[in-house]
Amino acid sequence: MSNAIDRRDFLKLAGLGGVVFASGLPGFALAAGQDEFYFVQLSDCHWGFEGPPNPDAKGTLKKAITTVNALERQPDFIIFTGDLTHTTDDPAERRRRLSEFTQIASDLKVKTVRFMPGEHDSALDNSAAYREFFGATTYTFDHKGVHFIVVDNVSDAGASMGGEQLEWLAADLRQQKTDSPIVVFAHRPLFALYPQWDWATRDGARAIDLLLPYKNLTVFYGHIHQEHHHMTGHIAHHAAKSLIFPLPVAGSVPKRAPLAWDASEPYKGLGFRGVSVDTQSGQTALSEFTVVKKAQANATDKT
Amino acid sequence: MLLTKREAQLLIAVASATAMMTAAYVAAQAVAMDEQVIKITARKFAFTPHDVQLKKGVPVILEFTTQDVFMGFNAPDLGVRADIVPGKTTRLRVLPAKVGKVEFLCDVFCGSGHEEMNGMITVLD
Repeated sequence: MSNAIDRRDFLKLAGLGGVVFASGLPGFALAAGQDEFYFVQLSDCHWGFEGPPNPDAKGTLKKAITTVNALERQPDFIIFTGDLTHTTDDPAERRRRLSEFTQIASDLKVKTVRFMPGEHDSALDNSAAYREFFGATTYTFDHKGVHFIVVDNVSDAGASMGGEQLEWLAADLRQQKTDSPIVVFAHRPLFALYPQWDWATRDGARAIDLLLPYKNLTVFYGHIHQEHHHMTGHIAHHAAKSLIFPLPVAGSVPKRAPLAWDASEPYKGLGFRGVSVDTQSGQTALSEFTVVKKAQANATDKT
Repeated sequence: MLLTKREAQLLIAVASATAMMTAAYVAAQAVAMDEQVIKITARKFAFTPHDVQLKKGVPVILEFTTQDVFMGFNAPDLGVRADIVPGKTTRLRVLPAKVGKVEFLCDVFCGSGHEEMNGMITVLD
């Protein structure tokens, strides 16, 4: 927690070559130049969840997709950083939710869409159902000179990456130069954000040790259902908002229960993120977006 | 006593526990006859009891069982955790050294409701 930083502090870091924030206005800060591109991070949709924390549980993801599709400039790719579905003990129901989620995600105009599991998708069956729909839970890809690594810290119910995956990660990183631009996607935080609420990866410190030699590396994750920024050494870790319900700030309340739905401000605390990446330096610029525009939210509230 | 690799790792973790309380993972046969044992049952999605009161300076054995699914006990502020395996008994010896409260939780994802599976150890004077 000691390295947690707020937006104002992070803006100061931006001056040191870290990251910059922008408003959530579509197109702002996402008008990439020749050496930039941007992607969109959607997270923690929990398709299948029902309950008072989100009376529009069946509509929120679809509205977010509509908002993404309306972005003035479309991203190069979109990634969902886990908890695509809400967990269920029933394997058939799990597959039904994954199938429905896949169908909804297919409405995205951008067709390069990448996925990774959260513990709600994967922990009860070690990703068996997830893999039927999306394939491997760990993978890498390269885009315009930037190396992307997707790690899996959820398929093990105890939130360990495990020795085999850590060896795979180390071997992949060895192929990179220490100044290569690298982005890592995880579902859980790799650092011990707040283990009292299970906001950690059991062997995450070992992963971070592997990442530390790389100067231009940034981590994006989900799981905690809120925007959060943290530094481990020179590595920035950015948590994304959820698309189902927000959670409280770590340790701010006795229980990690969802924040109540605010009927006067539907979808408050929910949203998604655009990330602009400089292909030379790996520097990232973050833009936070609401699920719907204000006027749309009010219209929804009236119906 | 021969330790498995996992038990050895747990003992190393115990060594780094804070001064709030000392704790040790103990094998079933190592429990002394006169030690107080607090039995804690884990099930979806609660520990019973979930509010555990201990007395400062008095060592106890926390004894975990479950007839449900694989679960975990983790008290991060103590630096201790243990797996709770269906059909097996897991014991942790703790020596409360300081008055106060310590949160604990299940840290093995066990289903919808896992996030609410937690409890509190209160150490009294």
